[in-house]
Amino acid sequence: MYDGGKIIIGLIIFIGISIFPFILTMGKAVAKPEPKLDTPEIQKMVEKKCVESKMYMKTEHMVMLNDWRDAVVRDGLRLYKATDGKLYDMSLQNTCMKCHSSKKNFCDQCHNYVAVKPYCWDCHIAPQEGT
Amino acid sequence: MGILFSFSVVVAIILLVIAGVSGAGLNFLFGVIFPYIALLIFIVGVTYRVVQWGSSAVPFRVPTTGGQQTSLPWIKANKIDNPTTSYGVIFRMLFEVLLFRSLFRNTKSELREGPMLVHGSEKLLWLAAIVFHYSFLIILLRHMRFFTVPVPTPIEFLEFIDSFFQVGAPLVYITNFTIVIALLYLLYRRLAMPQIRYISLPSDYFPLFLILAIAITGIIMRYFEKVDIVGVKQITMGLVSFRPVIPDNIGVIFYIHLTLVCTLFAYFPFSKLVHMAGIFLSPTRNLANNNRMVRHVNPWDYPVKVRSYQEYEDEFRDKMKKSGIPVEKE
Repeated sequence: MYDGGKIIIGLIIFIGISIFPFILTMGKAVAKPEPKLDTPEIQKMVEKKCVESKMYMKTEHMVMLNDWRDAVVRDGLRLYKATDGKLYDMSLQNTCMKCHSSKKNFCDQCHNYVAVKPYCWDCHIAPQEGT
Repeated sequence: MGILFSFSVVVAIILLVIAGVSGAGLNFLFGVIFPYIALLIFIVGVTYRVVQWGSSAVPFRVPTTGGQQTSLPWIKANKIDNPTTSYGVIFRMLFEVLLFRSLFRNTKSELREGPMLVHGSEKLLWLAAIVFHYSFLIILLRHMRFFTVPVPTPIEFLEFIDSFFQVGAPLVYITNFTIVIALLYLLYRRLAMPQIRYISLPSDYFPLFLILAIAITGIIMRYFEKVDIVGVKQITMGLVSFRPVIPDNIGVIFYIHLTLVCTLFAYFPFSKLVHMAGIFLSPTRNLANNNRMVRHVNPWDYPVKVRSYQEYEDEFRDKMKKSGIPVEKE
């Protein structure tokens, strides 16, 4: 092989880059996030239900919050009519965070896991985490 | 023909995944087994190709000489486009790999009214190529957020830059647009220019359609037909930690995206895409032009039996003298 040394160094770099997530993880099991739903406010509820269904909230909450932001801040509309007809006040701090009162135990659980950094808290005041 | 064939193959892969996942419930096959196989084929295949190239004979230096060669001290030499030293070669390769320098100097010929043959520069191909390649690189690196816990800061930073304009939710990535536009131009170029279309093969169209399908399914999955992203990361982390898991309720669009990517990885070493590795082993780029400074021995030269004139004369001197033929040594 001509310039074998250089080619082999190149190949080692290539393989290293290709499998770097495997090297970084080292076969360790990674705990899946557990967003906590046991806040006092949720426990008081008779029917434990969010604004919309669980699956919808899981995949679409960011769209909903974005729409709420636009409706409240730009159009001054504050009432959200859910699919089941119930009316909610469109407010992150007064509606969402009333039940999901812990950012650390709820929002951050999944967001940190998938490295999403929503910019909600650029404007909103993050809740005081007791412990 | 080639277009239709390549397009059908991509569609067939998508239909196969839909049938396999939604129909037959083969989530484990598509979510775990195929990715492992594809990565293995990718690594072994590229390594094999590189070793093959590395073992080929290099009898002579064949760099393209894009500038004045180093010669007399008072003639200004072009040290990068006609390198004679390793440093020159390193710079030439850096420009080639990072900036596509030779593609930048690509030319085109057109037959215009008259008829008149016009030669000109062709910068759009270079632009589309560089936009596509860098978009793909950023997208690939950005995806490492699914394969690492905790996510390394440079990758988070890359994602921050890519979603800098903070449009919509989930945030729109700049590379979403750039890769699709660049790919569409590269496809348009093959279809619209008769000369390029004439030389285009299925192996030219297939990667374009495949990567376009990957980009589009990715965009659909992020913005329109959303999937449970935590479940997706459980799959990917399961893969990299060799503890495969398949959570329920992950949309079929994820499996389509994943299988298309697996196809790309597995197809890579057998296709023109392997220029990723090949560019480093291009003899017209990575060899110093020192043909006249260093002695290069052809590796397949075998010892040739040589008979010199002296030996010939020694044998036939007497006969030559008798016939009156002049000899060098009396």
